[in-house]
Amino acid sequence: MSNKIIYAIYNDDDVLMDAVKKTRAAHYHIEEVFSPFPVHGLDKAMGLAPTRLAICAFLYGLCGISFGTWMMNYIMIQDWPQDIGGKPSFSYIENMPAFVPIMFEETVFFAAHLMVITFYMRSKLWPFKEAENPDVRTTDDHFLMEVAVHDNEAELVSFFENTGAVEVKVIEKH
Amino acid sequence: MYTFSSKLKTFSLILMAVGLLGIGYGFYTAPKDIKEVEALLAAETHGGHAAVKHEATESHEAKSEASVEKEQEATEVHEADPSHDVKAESHAGVKQEGTETHEGDAHAEHEEHLTHVLHQLQNKPWAALYVACIFFLLISMGTLAFYAIQQVAQAGWSPVLFRVMQGITAYLPVGSVVFFLFLVLSGLHFNHLFVWLGEGVTDPTNANYDAIIAGKSGYLNFPFWIVRAAIFLLGWNAYRYYSRKNCLAQDEADDNLNYKKNFKISAGFLVFFIVSESIMSWDWIMSIDPHWFSTLFGWYVFASFFVSGITTIAMITLYLKSKGYLEHVNTSHIHDLAKFMFGISVFWTYLWFSQFMLIWYADIPEEITYYVTRIQLYNLPFFGAVVMNFLFPLLILINTDFKRITWVLVMAGTVILLGHYVDFFNMIMPGTVGDQWFIGVSEIASVLFFLGLFIYVVFTALTKAPLLAKRNPFIEESKHFHY
Repeated sequence: MSNKIIYAIYNDDDVLMDAVKKTRAAHYHIEEVFSPFPVHGLDKAMGLAPTRLAICAFLYGLCGISFGTWMMNYIMIQDWPQDIGGKPSFSYIENMPAFVPIMFEETVFFAAHLMVITFYMRSKLWPFKEAENPDVRTTDDHFLMEVAVHDNEAELVSFFENTGAVEVKVIEKH
Repeated sequence: MYTFSSKLKTFSLILMAVGLLGIGYGFYTAPKDIKEVEALLAAETHGGHAAVKHEATESHEAKSEASVEKEQEATEVHEADPSHDVKAESHAGVKQEGTETHEGDAHAEHEEHLTHVLHQLQNKPWAALYVACIFFLLISMGTLAFYAIQQVAQAGWSPVLFRVMQGITAYLPVGSVVFFLFLVLSGLHFNHLFVWLGEGVTDPTNANYDAIIAGKSGYLNFPFWIVRAAIFLLGWNAYRYYSRKNCLAQDEADDNLNYKKNFKISAGFLVFFIVSESIMSWDWIMSIDPHWFSTLFGWYVFASFFVSGITTIAMITLYLKSKGYLEHVNTSHIHDLAKFMFGISVFWTYLWFSQFMLIWYADIPEEITYYVTRIQLYNLPFFGAVVMNFLFPLLILINTDFKRITWVLVMAGTVILLGHYVDFFNMIMPGTVGDQWFIGVSEIASVLFFLGLFIYVVFTALTKAPLLAKRNPFIEESKHFHY
């Protein structure tokens, strides 16, 4: 069986949004939408699940603050509790204010970096990754919606031509 | 138009009545002379409360009370004998050294101690009133500052809330009058809240002479102080008055002149505000502890009442919305307010911690006494304020969905407002009542009274104008604000 897909290309984000809404209403499954810039509300129109990246970041932050606390406690209190300028190193809490800047920075550092790395991994981005452009114009001024064809090619083509597409292509995908 | 529900009106009147009764009770039960204090302290000592603190197996009463005094003196600003106090403050860390008091001194010191405690106990109802009074005054100031910022920033989301903010700031004139009267009463020696207002503190021949305060008397003197207060209160009230007037005139106008006028006076006000706010915090709060100073104090006080003001806006908006009066306010507006509550709470914490940590780290005796008093005598309120104003909002309001849920916001807002009351309590009480603090009838009644007054004034003001500004250039954008 052939794997045919349709590329519906638009040159305006408002037209694209309308087309996405119509496509959803007609119950065609949108495989992907390519856009040169973030289109506000596109994810909602497509019905994408909200991101959980913020929850990850919160958890990473917790790891960071735990790491900072553990590190300062081990180094300054447990391992070698010296008297440095009269700071009380008898217990963690007594010298806690001095460690807060480190705990804070560790929290931010872990939350920020691990979240970014999570983002790269989840969206499969890395330095030598091959670009997945279906059409080079989508990085400049065109929008592209990709919809799978299931023996209804003619119907789909006419449907997308009616949604204001400047170009509708049927492509064989491997 | 909003109509003041009769239930809420009755509620506010009851709050005021109960508050007044409680305030009166507080003044009535404050000790009148040192005899009463002696009886009070004796009851306390025999109650075993003091016995735990000092390994007081010795039955000699004078001796055990002298050691009570040592502890208090070390941490408390002493009004009767400020020069002694300087000495005591510098010995804060080694306060136990003088427990072996000679029999001969014991009596004189005992008397002195009683006078000291008497002043603290007499201060208690006054200080309770002062904390509540300044707290509600500054809530309306925080709202006014937020309002001015929204005007100048040409915020597109907030114009639907302007009338709510104007309603809240309607408390400003009322609160200013009450507060100013309080300051005048302090200047007329009705209370001993401000040590530097005491008699003889600047006179070298007087027993009360305090060289440090005398050195600051060029700034800390009653006429200059009260004139400053008058100028600030007048300036703030003038801005509030004209800003509201222009806003109402804009509703009826057919051009944007009033809007532009408001833009300009708001910008001018913000400049005046930041200067006057800083000085206000030195005058009205920092001068309670006239031996102590801190450079970021003004900002710290600002953050405290700014977040309280924003929280109040959010709470009143939620109330009016739930009653169906704010048609165009949606969850996105609420969400924005909640973000401000969250952000400024963290900002408050940042300043709280910066002030605390810098002083703790350097541990310079003349600065550290401020925190020694608070940590030793006010441990729970001192750290409790951080939990209420930082930890709680941080964990609750970090969630985007929670920022849109009414009951979550009301809960968080209540904790934030209570937390910032405690914050003002922590700033004012240690220097006025010291270890005699307690959140009892006086404190609660004062809060209830001003809360009742606040509700009454604010909701009365809300009935005076439509809740939606008509011709604000950003009103259309604000109605459709969506985040």
